[in-house]
Parts: sequence; C-alpha cells; structure tokens
Amino acid sequence: MTQMTVASARARHNAYLPVEAEIVEFVQESQTIFTLGLRLTDPALHAAYHYAPGQFNMLYLHGVGEVAISIVSDPEHEDLLTHTINRVGRVTRGFAQLQVGQRIGVRGPFGRGWPLREAEGQDVIILSGGLGCAPVISVINYIMRRRERFGHLTIVQKVKHVDEFIWPERYEKFKQVPDTTVLVASTEGSVNWRWDVSPRIKILEEVQVRSERTVAMMCGPEGMMQSATQYLTSLGMQESSVYLSLERNMQCAVGHCGHCQFGGQFICKDGPVFAYSEIKHLLGTRGI
Amino acid sequence: MQFLARQDFPKLLESLIIAGYQCIAPQIREGAIVYDKLQSVTQLPQGYRDNQRPAHYQLEKNEDVLYFGWAVGVQALKPLTFAPRESLWTAKRDANGKLTFIETHPEIPPTAVIGVRACDLAALHLQDQHFAYNSYSDTYYNARRRQLFLISVDCAFPASTCFCASTGDGPSAQTGFDIALTEFPEGFLVRSKSSRAEAILATLPLTEVSETQQQAALAQNQQAIEKQTRQLPSRNLKAAFFANLEHERWQDIATRCLACGNCTSVCPTCFCHSESAEPTLDGSSNTQYRQWDSCFTLGHSYMHSFVLRDNILLRYRQWLTHKLGSWHDQYGRSGCVGCGRCLTWCPVGIDITVEAQAICGESL
Ligand code: SF4
Ligand code: SF4
Ligand code: FES
Repeated sequence: MTQMTVASARARHNAYLPVEAEIVEFVQESQTIFTLGLRLTDPALHAAYHYAPGQFNMLYLHGVGEVAISIVSDPEHEDLLTHTINRVGRVTRGFAQLQVGQRIGVRGPFGRGWPLREAEGQDVIILSGGLGCAPVISVINYIMRRRERFGHLTIVQKVKHVDEFIWPERYEKFKQVPDTTVLVASTEGSVNWRWDVSPRIKILEEVQVRSERTVAMMCGPEGMMQSATQYLTSLGMQESSVYLSLERNMQCAVGHCGHCQFGGQFICKDGPVFAYSEIKHLLGTRGI
Repeated sequence: MQFLARQDFPKLLESLIIAGYQCIAPQIREGAIVYDKLQSVTQLPQGYRDNQRPAHYQLEKNEDVLYFGWAVGVQALKPLTFAPRESLWTAKRDANGKLTFIETHPEIPPTAVIGVRACDLAALHLQDQHFAYNSYSDTYYNARRRQLFLISVDCAFPASTCFCASTGDGPSAQTGFDIALTEFPEGFLVRSKSSRAEAILATLPLTEVSETQQQAALAQNQQAIEKQTRQLPSRNLKAAFFANLEHERWQDIATRCLACGNCTSVCPTCFCHSESAEPTLDGSSNTQYRQWDSCFTLGHSYMHSFVLRDNILLRYRQWLTHKLGSWHDQYGRSGCVGCGRCLTWCPVGIDITVEAQAICGESL
C-alpha cells in the first residue's frame, strides 16, 4: 500500500477519530456568522477527502467538543473544505474566536447529501429560511458552476430580519444568470433593503412549477419547509421530488448515539437530506 | 446434546480458566443478582428465587440446589459490550498548537459469561445489529464483543415481570450462545454451537442424554412459558403507536413517570449515549468520553438553543414509540426482548405491557 492509501484506510477505520485540520481562511460573514476554510494537515488525507454537497463534518474544538456543520465548498472546484457557522452554542462560540493558522479536528464526511444526479436536466427550486441557508448555498454554488446541466433555477430565500441575510452580493449575481429567478424576502424591512418585505412565505406565490419533474431542495425551520412543500405539491410537484435537510442534536454522526433519531430514521446517516415522502408522516409533530 | 452431572460443574469453570478466559457469572450483591468475576462455583446464587413485580425486587432463599433458579438480574451483557463509560480518543496539543489524536484501544481479556438468559442473547443480537453490523462498525464495541464466550442457562422460573415468550425471545436459548445449559437438580443438559465450545466440552466428563431427560427439558420449557402471565402483542405495533401519538394515556403516564431513566439504563437493548470532552487543567490534553445516555434526560434532545422534548410526556413517548414502534424500521423487529427489567426497576412501577395495551389496544 502507498502512504496515502494506508493513511486514508486508517482514517476510515474508526469513524469516531478526528484528524487534524488547519484554519486557512476565516471570513466574518455577519455579526454572528463566519466561514472557516480548512485544510487537513496530512496532505495525503486532504487529497483523498471526498464529499458531496449537503454532507457534513464533525468539527472538534480542542478541549471543548464537537459540532456537526455542513460542508459548503464545491467538492470538484475548491481545495479548502469550507464550513459556514452560526455562533449559537458553546462549541460554535469557541470556533468564532479562532484565527487563521490554528488547528482543529475534523471527522467526516457524514450523511446523505442533495439529490444532484436526479436534479440534472430538471428545473430546480432551492428554498431556505432564516439562518439555515448554509446547507443550500453549497447546492446553489454547485449548480451555478454547472449551469448548463440544469433547467430553470429558482432561488428563494426567506429571512425574518434583514441582518439574517448574508451574501447579498452573491444573490445579486445569481439574478444576472440566464434562466434563473431569485426571490428574497424579509418579514421586517429596513431602509437599505432592496428585496421584498413580506410575511411568512408569501414570495412562494411567485414560484412557477413548469413540470412535475421539477426538483426542490430546502432547509430551514421545519414548519416553513412543511408549508412550502404543501404549496409546491399543490402546484403539481411530486412529494418524492421535494428534498428537505433536517437538523437534530448530533453527537456520533454514525447512527450509534441515538440523539438524532426522527422516528425510525437516524438523521446523521439516513439524512440529513430526506425526500418529503420519507418523513412527511412525522414532520411537524411536536417532540419527534 | 449431552449431560453434565452437578458434581462435575466446577470442571466447566476450571476448563474455561485453563483455556484463558476470565469468567463472569451471577452473584449476589446488596440483595440483588449482578454479573461479576467468578473464581469458584460457591459464589453462584445457589438456591434462590427472585420475586419481581413492578417496582419490586427481592431475592428469596429456597433450599434447592439450583444455581440458576431465578430469572434476571439488574444487568447482564450490556455493560460488557457497550461500556457504561469509556474513552474514545485523546487529543494532545503541543506548544505550536499542533493537535495529535490518539485512539483508545479497549483491552479486554477473553471473557466467558456463565448464566446468560435467552432474552440477554436476543438483546445482544440487537446491539450487534446496531453497533457492529451497521454502515459504521463500532471499533470499541467490537473489541469487547469479540472477546465474549457465552454460556446460557434456560429459564425455568420466570419472574412475574417476564414476557419473553410473547416477544419470541425465550425462555430457552435457541441461538447466539457458545454453550447452552438446561439446569436440573442432578445436573445440566449441554448443547453447543461453536467449535471453540466443542474444545471446552471435550475436557468435561459428559454422558449421553436419556430420552427422559430430553422430555424433562421440553416440559420445563413449556412450564416456564405457562408461568408467564404478562405479554406484549406479538405483531408490529409501529403503525398503532404512531396513529396514537395524541392518545390521552400519554398524559396519564407523564403524571406518574419521574423521568429518572432507570428503565433505559437497565434495558438491555437501549443504545443511546452521549459524548463529552474532558480536558486536563492546562488544556494541553483532552479525552473524549462516551457514556450511556437516556432519552429521559433534557440534554438528549437539546438543539443549540432549545430542547425538543421539553416535557416528560414527549420523553416517555419517545422511549416507547421507539422501543416498540420505530425500532421495526431500524432493525426489523421491536426493541423489546421481554426481560421485564424496566417494570421491576421503575420506582413507580410503570408497566410497558400495560401501557402498550392501553395506547394501542383499540387500534389492533
Ligand atoms: S423494554 Fe423493558 S422488558 Fe423490554 S427489553 Fe427493555 S427492559 Fe426488558
Ligand atoms: S418509566 Fe419509570 S424507570 Fe423509566 S424514566 Fe419513567 S419513572 Fe424512571
Ligand atoms: S448523531 Fe448519533 S445517532 Fe445520529
């Protein structure tokens, strides 16, 4: 065995064991949101690291613990593994204070990502709500880079407050791309807000479904995803073509610790992306 | 099938020790049966019955010679394969900030467990499916599991809390053992399933089994089944549970349940655990541990800013709908092997068979 395959075989052997990564980039996206660009310090492991949009890593902050964060970089076009993180808990607050050059632990990638094969050749609707937009930005970027392989693209982003909307210049650019519709709305507006102000997901009414083979991918609050799905299916979409990224407490990421269970599914390994038809019987049920 | 006379039983222990096994077997500690290291057969709980009912456990001395005349202790195999607390790895940070991750390798000697029950074997099989035969095979579990040599003893005296006959997991062991014993006052009927078991048995003075002895074993099994008065409906309850998530009985249970988590910790199939980082004071080194967790704790469903199951109703409902319902989706059967431990060790005596009937009864 070459050095590389030995090393990567060892890394796969125990899925609980992190490997070291260096912070190569740190971008403050908003007051609470930041992006870490990581490189695994073992070059062979870095080169052998493969993932798909929608998958996540467990990031380890030394002495504090681990947290599940989705990978937002493009597996084929970007060298660094990037993770956009919202400062909400103990571990993420610690990550927010790190600097370029510091080391963390990474294990992954875990889970089932977005259905990009299935979406090829079809119209695609991407919808996200609130701060939960990081998982979908990976798929938006992925499609933008390969724009000719997909049909009409509709991007819907709904936030409560205007300051939850990060990357405005990216959305401005998306708008210029042919055959692409961008709908952004905030419940509360502000003086400089150039997009819609509308309650709930009223902007969805502007979405057009041209074919029943349209594929939708969404993330955000479960209630929002549920009503969005019901609306889209009323326009003729199939429940099995609407994909949702779910979130739960995650600790092991390999289907062992039991924290992420959603009915019979382990969100960490059976998800985090599910077809609506797989989870609709429990979605929106309190305490599931 | 062969026969081992009672006076030769100590030879089984000797052979196992000579073959290099540490032996773990039932013994009495603080009035209860526990599994611990065994040096001599005199440590076995000879001549005892266990009187169990919801929220009640008591050992009673009985003058017979049986070593295994009781039903189930507090725990059996689960702590041996899925450690209550163990270290996964240690991360060290050097002066330049470089991190090194060192994997923990559990070091477990070959271990023979004597006196495993049929329900324990069924539960172990479920834990194997969860930890070992899964898309990610758990190296810590495997290191422990690999070392086990299992000697079962069929149950002749189920407790009032037992209902393994209704779940199809007992009272006699069918599979999953190395050696299976059926106990009578004069000795043991011996069955074996593995070649390493044959090697142990070859050292023992075994004799032929008579037709009468075989009949007696069948009769003992039949009587043990008939002694069981509790039962779970044998069909898949998943649909019935999920159709009854709003059943008023949940609220009734929630007023009784203390969310103490006793049921999950004694349950031989519960697999939930949580991870924690335990750094040294100077911060240079951190050890990542995992320990048993319970869906009855608030932290179990904590999600960065809120708790998903913030009341006991939701937590008990999670436990029961998983155990008897969604377990079918995960592992093709219910997660209950009918051992009755959760009834006995529940301080308020909540009975899973009664609650399942109350919630699903009308939907069946
Ligand atoms: S649910 Fe109760 S009776 Fe069933 S296996 Fe677990 S502890 Fe035993
Ligand atoms: S059911 Fe009983 S044992 Fe389980 S958490 Fe509630 S009070 Fe404790
Ligand atoms: S995160 Fe542990 S089972 Fe999913």
